Amino acid sequence: MALNWTRFASPASFYPLAGTMIPWFGWGAAVLTAIGLWLGFAVAPTDFQQGEVYRIIFIHVPSAWMSMFLYVVMAFWGALLLGFNTRLSGMMAQAIAPTGALMTFVALWTGALWGRPTWGTYWAWDARMTSELILLFLYFGIIALRQAIGEPRRADRACAVLSLVGVVNIPIIYYSVKWWNTLHQGASVKATGASMETTMLAGMLVMSFAFWFYAIAVVLVRVRAIMLERERGAAWVAGLPEVNR
Amino acid sequence: MTMAATVPAVVEAASGADQDGALAGLRWAVTRDLRLAMRSRAELGVQLLFYVIVVALFPLSMTPERNLLATMGPGVLWVAALLASLLSLPRLFASDHADGTLEQIALSPYPLEALIAGKVLAHWLTTGLPVALLAPLLALQYYLDGESVAILVAGLLLGTPILSLLGAVGAALTLGLRGGGGSLLALLILPLYVPVLIFGAGAVDSVRAGLGATANLSLLGAGLALALVGTPFAAAAAVRIALD
Repeated sequence: MALNWTRFASPASFYPLAGTMIPWFGWGAAVLTAIGLWLGFAVAPTDFQQGEVYRIIFIHVPSAWMSMFLYVVMAFWGALLLGFNTRLSGMMAQAIAPTGALMTFVALWTGALWGRPTWGTYWAWDARMTSELILLFLYFGIIALRQAIGEPRRADRACAVLSLVGVVNIPIIYYSVKWWNTLHQGASVKATGASMETTMLAGMLVMSFAFWFYAIAVVLVRVRAIMLERERGAAWVAGLPEVNR
Repeated sequence: MTMAATVPAVVEAASGADQDGALAGLRWAVTRDLRLAMRSRAELGVQLLFYVIVVALFPLSMTPERNLLATMGPGVLWVAALLASLLSLPRLFASDHADGTLEQIALSPYPLEALIAGKVLAHWLTTGLPVALLAPLLALQYYLDGESVAILVAGLLLGTPILSLLGAVGAALTLGLRGGGGSLLALLILPLYVPVLIFGAGAVDSVRAGLGATANLSLLGAGLALALVGTPFAAAAAVRIALD
């Protein structure tokens, strides 16, 4: 089957495709969230060490995963942009950044709320927390750079370079913080050493898919808005029924 | 004025039979930027003074207790080195960009990556190197012992080139942006400086803890090698984007 995938590199053909995908991923996210929260709050047993508090992992862990994953995806679109100079890649990277920053923020916030009852502190200079905080700064940097550059094409390419430099740096930052942390604090705080209950793991995985689907849906909604904004002079936009209404 | 005057030299040099581009371009860029830096010595002096003043502020903000200062010293000296590097970054490209010289440089037959590497080397020679050489004097104010001072300087010598190299990418990305781009540059670059800060200050910490600094210094060296290979290309890409 000769699937002509590059066809969708053009905003004019990707716009309707994104439109049909949004409800699928949006509703998928809603259904998966319902299942995941049900698994997490009704089915999964109470943790013998932490009690009910641990249940925040069903939000915390998926958001932390997504925060890192989305940065890599953003850098991937940046590489595509620099390599093939496709307009859509820059728009996708632009659309991903705010969701990535949101996920990072949620991970930090829920981590603080979890840390207070379990470690007795909202913030510890733990390796993961510190590198997550730096990741948030990296997202802010990319968003701020785009805001500062008025012209979208230049902003796309500049953000692509920055996100690629960032993606090389993220593992270095993570390990540097980790080694720094072990030097300074000795044994670091660990949530649970015990193996996880199957239902806990299932709930966490389902919630991860829910967050993933949510991210895809929101990014697609945003990329459609970006397309309309940037290509407002183009003929295909003028022909859209929702524009002419 | 003086900057534009030196540009024809590059065209002249490269149009000759000698097309051994990269090294010649690097050498040209280093000499040119060093010459320009020497003509504005006061600016360099001010940047070093900034470094000294930041370092002197910390003891004033707390009880200048000997052990506390010795514990904080490496970190403070490194943070000040980061800030001094950050403050001097706009000098790398901004004035060349403002008067159009950068465009001529990008058009020259030399590879842009080599020219940028030369500019970065000159930047390090005029900012990073003096900071590293000044550090022992300031370390005395923090009651650091001899071995710690030696490791601190070694770390600064390995780490400050990384700061200049990474900073070149940020400086190129923020060229000609609204609002000068000063605080934006800080937001872009300081998170990327984190590993250098950790390994640099960590080297002195581990010496003080009796662990030896080899691991940290090796990691700084590895980081320098990686930055040397990667950042000139990223910075050249960023300069081309800014000139588009």
